[in-house]
Amino acid sequence: MNIKDRAKRGNRMNPQSDNMPGLYIHIPFCKTKCPYCDFYSVTNVDLAEEWLTAILKEMSHYSNIFGTFDTLYLGGGTPTVLSNTVLVSLFRELRRHFNFHDDTEITVEANPNDITLEKLALFKLLGVNRLSIGAQSFNDEELLLLKRRHSVKGIEEALYCVNQAGFLNFGIDLIYGIPGQPMASWITSLQKALGFKPTHLSCYQLTIEQTTPFGKMLQEGNLQGIGEKQGKDFFLTTSRFLENNGFMHYEISNFSRKKRFRSRHNLKYWKHVPYLGLGPGAHSYLNGKRWWNVKSVKDYCYQLSQGLKPIQASESLSPEQLRLEKLFLGLRTNEGIKIDVAFPDYQTSASLENMVKNRLITVRGDRLIPTKKGFLMADRLPLLFP
Amino acid sequence: MKQIRNFSIIAHIDHGKSTLADRLIQFAHLVDDRQFRDQILDNMDIERERGITIKSQSVNLPYTSRSGEEFELNLIDTPGHVDFSYEVSRALASCEGVLLLVDATQGVEAQTLANLYAAMEHNLVIIPVINKIDLPSANIDGVKEEIEHELGLDPESTLLCSAKEGRGIQEILEAIVARVPPPKGDIDKPLAALIFDAQYDSFRGTIVSCRIFDGTLKPGSVIRPMSTGATYKVEEVGIFRLKPEPVKELSAGMVGYIIAGIKTVGDTRIGDTITLDANPVSEPLPGFREVKPVVFSSIYPIASDDYQSLAESLEKYKLNDAALIYQKDSSAALGQGFRCGFLGLLHLEIVQERLEREFDQSIILTVPSVQYRFGLADGTTVTVDNPAHYPDPTYIRTTEEPYIRANILVPERYVGAVMKLCLDRRGVNQRMNYPTPGRVEITFDMPLAEVVFDFYDKLKSITQGYGSFDYELIDYRESDLVKLDILVNGEKVDALSIIVHKERARDRAVIVCDRLREEIPRQQFKIAIQGAIGGKIIARSTITPFRKDVTAKCYGGDISRKRKLLEKQKKGKKRMSVVGNVEIPQSAFLAALKTDNE
Repeated sequence: MNIKDRAKRGNRMNPQSDNMPGLYIHIPFCKTKCPYCDFYSVTNVDLAEEWLTAILKEMSHYSNIFGTFDTLYLGGGTPTVLSNTVLVSLFRELRRHFNFHDDTEITVEANPNDITLEKLALFKLLGVNRLSIGAQSFNDEELLLLKRRHSVKGIEEALYCVNQAGFLNFGIDLIYGIPGQPMASWITSLQKALGFKPTHLSCYQLTIEQTTPFGKMLQEGNLQGIGEKQGKDFFLTTSRFLENNGFMHYEISNFSRKKRFRSRHNLKYWKHVPYLGLGPGAHSYLNGKRWWNVKSVKDYCYQLSQGLKPIQASESLSPEQLRLEKLFLGLRTNEGIKIDVAFPDYQTSASLENMVKNRLITVRGDRLIPTKKGFLMADRLPLLFP
Repeated sequence: MKQIRNFSIIAHIDHGKSTLADRLIQFAHLVDDRQFRDQILDNMDIERERGITIKSQSVNLPYTSRSGEEFELNLIDTPGHVDFSYEVSRALASCEGVLLLVDATQGVEAQTLANLYAAMEHNLVIIPVINKIDLPSANIDGVKEEIEHELGLDPESTLLCSAKEGRGIQEILEAIVARVPPPKGDIDKPLAALIFDAQYDSFRGTIVSCRIFDGTLKPGSVIRPMSTGATYKVEEVGIFRLKPEPVKELSAGMVGYIIAGIKTVGDTRIGDTITLDANPVSEPLPGFREVKPVVFSSIYPIASDDYQSLAESLEKYKLNDAALIYQKDSSAALGQGFRCGFLGLLHLEIVQERLEREFDQSIILTVPSVQYRFGLADGTTVTVDNPAHYPDPTYIRTTEEPYIRANILVPERYVGAVMKLCLDRRGVNQRMNYPTPGRVEITFDMPLAEVVFDFYDKLKSITQGYGSFDYELIDYRESDLVKLDILVNGEKVDALSIIVHKERARDRAVIVCDRLREEIPRQQFKIAIQGAIGGKIIARSTITPFRKDVTAKCYGGDISRKRKLLEKQKKGKKRMSVVGNVEIPQSAFLAALKTDNE
């Protein structure tokens, strides 16, 4: 890779912009529902026009509140189901309503089936500089079980297009711990993904949420999740495999080829940097306050048509709540937390010694960094602090 | 002197004592029929629910006999449980006669016998009454035969009634008037009044229930309970007519109450004699003794912040229950608490329930213990009711535990099962008696510790409710005792230590280890739970560690939910005790301390 390419691949021009807010757009449409997914989406894509009208109105409510954004993230749902005209209007209005930094990371989540050279060319035109490809697996049987609408061949074609179109900064999403999935099959998926030279990988253990069709199947005994020991093996194997291949394990489920290829947008969630979420069900955070939108396209559109903000609820975080969030979010990343967040009265206790002794965290300078074992226990780790 | 009769009703639990008392009150028209609340005398919630009387109460019933004479009948209610046998004996000492109530379907039971003996000791006139004659299964002739053979009473003197239907009530009242002698006593002698109960009233202080044997008592007099020597000025005297009604004076033979600015019931002793400070009797009335607790347990607040509130609640509770004794106690696992002494297990349960219900306390009680005696190498003897004070085993020369004599009455077909139960509970020296055909009286000497757990419940279940049971403490006997410790990751959980007989230790240890395994949440390391005597491990269970506990995704929309979950978990953690580095929820203590063996 030459120096020019490197610059193209999203090198930070302004490293001081760590605290600039991020903008998230929730596109609540999917052609088909995946039985494991608990993100909010509907399959009636025809509502997209109405949604667009509504989200344009929502933008106008927030025009001057957040200042200059340096990340934009289109997630879903499936952003790639939007028609070209809707996408063009969306981006035009986003730029009209909000200020973006010159070096803005603009990510679009893409379903391999929707990726064509034409779509990618449009994305380029719109300024998209990062793609997140929902591949999930490089095994057709597994894709079938997950009810994905693409095959392995579809993924490979899509990734070929991505390379063709000159998108050098892209990530691939994968799922492990699929019922019946052997470790070897998972390693094969990882290897195949690496073959396309992604800058980023998100590797999620399949989580069976109660409210999903998989959740129902689990309850009825028609599906079996993997056990804790297997989960642990998958997690550690993945971490070791990707680190050996030059990736940095920077968050529980996220890996990047270089520090600069981390998802700048997602880092904002983990670092309490302000973010604005537009669209049904989207969450926003600013100055210790968090609010979230109604989780219904219909209600969302209706409220905005009435000149109202489609907010479902909000909360103001107390200092103690803020600290707890800093703790559990920080402990999910390889940056960890500052020691004075963990021990606000500057009194490290026996609990820290125990955590270090049990190799859950390591102390580096003024920061506490979770180990791999710490990552595995990230949901309990915050409870070990005062 | 007015025509007075003082009487009590004694009966086995469920034989209808409270219902009969209600009918007698109703007959005296003390209360409008419409306002009549069943079982008026049992006015505590727990008494109502359990159908037992805990505190003695009395009521003054005006009655005009068939011959037209006017009487005042004092009904002194007695507690119906072996834990309160001393209170029963003081109530009986205040009477001249008793109604001995026997269930027409159940017949004579062990407690009936015990109560009869108590009444006989006081030379009371005994009027046998067969209750529940309305029931189809009533066996009046059979019960009469039992009354003759087992109790040695004249079956011809027996009255029949159905308290439920109100039949035979006037006949009972007539019999009381005719057969119970009027109280003896001399109003000109110095005052001698027997305290048989004391209750606390938040407005008036302690209301002392007493029977006047000699002399008279008026407001303004200065009285002196003889066992304490303190003096009080009488504010009010009166009689109980469901509510206290003041009278000008109480005189010999009467039953009534005294209000004299006595702050707590602890300042009065049941069985004590009240006399006038200015003109005292030379000798107190006989039979007074200090009530001594036999069962001990520590009470801890579930949340350690609630210690103060528990302390205040106990103090208030104690105002009305002189039998409860307590002192500060502390445990590494459960924090600050109180070591309490109870009259028996029922008393313990009542205290626990009332603290929870009336005082809204969330509490944990440690395993009930009896008082053990240890002879030490230096020749001294120590009494230990708290496992925390178990002496250094190397200095122990002799170990003794209290024994009771259990008196069990069962239909013959259950003899085998009852014998087995008693032998399992280390019963010795059994005797058997066949008072009537088909029924057996079994006597066993048993360690009190074996009875305080769930003996009575077990007896009831193996005899399908037909077995009845009474006991008295007899002596201390040599016994092979050990201290069982429970260790979590090698650290002793002091609140779970118990003193047990060596043969019982393993079973108990296995049960506790298993229960803790179920209740202690998994942590990120392996947890070993062990039962040990000294350094020797006799039971063990293991809690496997978490291998992985992390959700895959946490983005903008997941943060609030996750924080709320953590907040909830953090709150839960505050209520956990830390032993070594293991967090033990209070539920684990509750489970481990449960006494049943299921």
